[in-house]
Amino acid sequence: MALQDWKQHKRPFAAIASGPLLWLFLFFLVPMTIVWLYSFGQNSGPADINITGTLDNYKRATEWLYLSIFGKSLAVAALVTLICLVIGFPVAMAITFAPEKWRPWLLVAIMLPFWTNLLIRTYALMMLMGSNGYANQGLGAMWEGASWLKTMVGLQPLEAWTPVQLLYNNFAVVLGLVYVHLPFMVLPLYSALDRLDKSLIEASLDLGAGHLKTLFTIVVPLAGPGIMAGVMITLIPALGAYLTPDLMGGTDSQMIANVIERQFKRANDWPFGAALSFLLIYAMFILVALQSLRGDRTKTGER
Amino acid sequence: MAEPIIQIRNVTKRFGKVAAVDNVSLEIMAGEFFVLLGPSGCGKTTLLRMIAGFELPTEGEILIDGQDMAGIPPNKRPVNMVFQSYAVFPHMTVADNVAYGLKIAGVGRGEREERVREALQLVSLAGFEDRKPDQMSGGQRQRVALARSLVMKPKVLLLDEPLSALDAKLRAQMQFELSELQDHVGITFVTVTHDQDEALSMAGRIAVMNKGEVAQMATPSDLYEYPANRFVADFVGSVNLFEGKLTLDEPDRAAVDCAGLGKVYLNHGVTGPHGADVWIALRPEKIYLHVPGDGKAIRAAAQDAPDDHNLARGVIKGMSYLGDITLFEIQLDNGAKIRVSRPNLSRRDQEDFTWDDRVSMHWRADSPVVLLS
Repeated sequence: MALQDWKQHKRPFAAIASGPLLWLFLFFLVPMTIVWLYSFGQNSGPADINITGTLDNYKRATEWLYLSIFGKSLAVAALVTLICLVIGFPVAMAITFAPEKWRPWLLVAIMLPFWTNLLIRTYALMMLMGSNGYANQGLGAMWEGASWLKTMVGLQPLEAWTPVQLLYNNFAVVLGLVYVHLPFMVLPLYSALDRLDKSLIEASLDLGAGHLKTLFTIVVPLAGPGIMAGVMITLIPALGAYLTPDLMGGTDSQMIANVIERQFKRANDWPFGAALSFLLIYAMFILVALQSLRGDRTKTGER
Repeated sequence: MAEPIIQIRNVTKRFGKVAAVDNVSLEIMAGEFFVLLGPSGCGKTTLLRMIAGFELPTEGEILIDGQDMAGIPPNKRPVNMVFQSYAVFPHMTVADNVAYGLKIAGVGRGEREERVREALQLVSLAGFEDRKPDQMSGGQRQRVALARSLVMKPKVLLLDEPLSALDAKLRAQMQFELSELQDHVGITFVTVTHDQDEALSMAGRIAVMNKGEVAQMATPSDLYEYPANRFVADFVGSVNLFEGKLTLDEPDRAAVDCAGLGKVYLNHGVTGPHGADVWIALRPEKIYLHVPGDGKAIRAAAQDAPDDHNLARGVIKGMSYLGDITLFEIQLDNGAKIRVSRPNLSRRDQEDFTWDDRVSMHWRADSPVVLLS
């Protein structure tokens, strides 16, 4: 029995869909609604929340302190997305144009990190970047080499190596987020570039364009939808990143998710945490809406 | 005689161990409509892509207008290509597509617009400037690709299977238009196709390729009437092939004894060793079909052949009526099969013969072709 048209097969369609729908309802919609209701409440005891319909939580959430953290999170996420795009585009191009035999293996290499727990990956990265980690050891060795070279030509040696602070600052957060989110960027870019008719590139070369010109006038515009998908799929999780800034960031590099966590745990102010959460969700909704609006416009523009 | 614009000298292209193009040498003359014809995988597209610069020869050299193309990338070659998929840029209007190459070449705005207008007029697309490719039919997109290449005034225009994506009616029309266009602009066209009708109708000269080698290079009529080997005879048009022995070979006549077809007489000499194993190629339309016993008519038509030559008898085993002609498959008395086509000169001609009729056939002494390979 064909199920292409659900309208002609309502019963089997309902039977198949009801399970997942029930799941979504019980474990997504119901808890989200409860949290949403909390955001209009206030603490009446250590474990009791009165839903009074107050907007105080939202008023507090839009104070400058929290807005600035929102803004900073957005800036960090945008920077991370940009870096991912700049690194990911050439990687996706390389995979697209690699010999056919290699492509599945290269894609596996991109996806390999997903098979490891995020926490383990983050700690591994931290071990590399610690003040006594391999990154610093390597830099130290180079420093000493330079110092030795100076003595060889009769100059004063450099002063002793002091490890660079690579962890617990904004740099570490951006690096960690780029590391985690790069595969999210590469995969949609790859799928867009892979669909591109290669003879379009040849036609551009044939008409006298160089490789760079072809890249920016043919490849990038035609990969536009893939780029937008990659940007959204990187930006949104980066905006809500919690673990990376928590483990790798310093006191000045907390992002909005860390603030929300603090409200739910240490501050035990669930209503305020809920309000902050929903502001973040609304911000993401706006981003997605903007993107689909843009998509609609380019589509109607082409018709 | 015109100057050669493309010289291909001992070009070989290997992919791994497979030679896609195997020691090919040929010259294409300026202003010629040249067609590379062959089955898929014969190396014709690889050869075309080497001329364009998208593939590099493993061995040998390619000269365009006397200049060696080794080390010259596609964007610096004086040739342009119309791709099989047309490769019209989908995010640009028709005018932007056609202007693309001119913009890169640094042609000023005024001249650019003028040349784009001319090129679109040339391919009958005037007024389509602001259309996007997805608002156009396949045939129109192909014209855009043509205009986009022609506007560059290349020394050679390369066309990769230009008509393969069009439906039959449009294809026939475009065959004429392409020939006319080539005549009009005077640019050398090099076309790749696997379709023999397309090649015969458009080309000035055809190179038939097989397994990376040029099997024969000739004008369309020479290719059809004087094929050089069994591959060409079979690939271009349809043909009956019979193995035989050369029994007589003099300057003005020759005879071949075929196990399948009987005794074949030719009114010209064959330069082959006496007693050699040869093949006789006989086109279906060059065989006349008769009711048996009509001896006078047969002798009158095959007047120049001795008795018992150029004559066969059999039974009709298959028939297909194609409107303009009827195709017969006839089983000869010795078991061999032969295909005969018969023009339907009047409306009821197809009723003359039917299944299981006994028929006799004859052919003229200048119709069979003797093939040595």
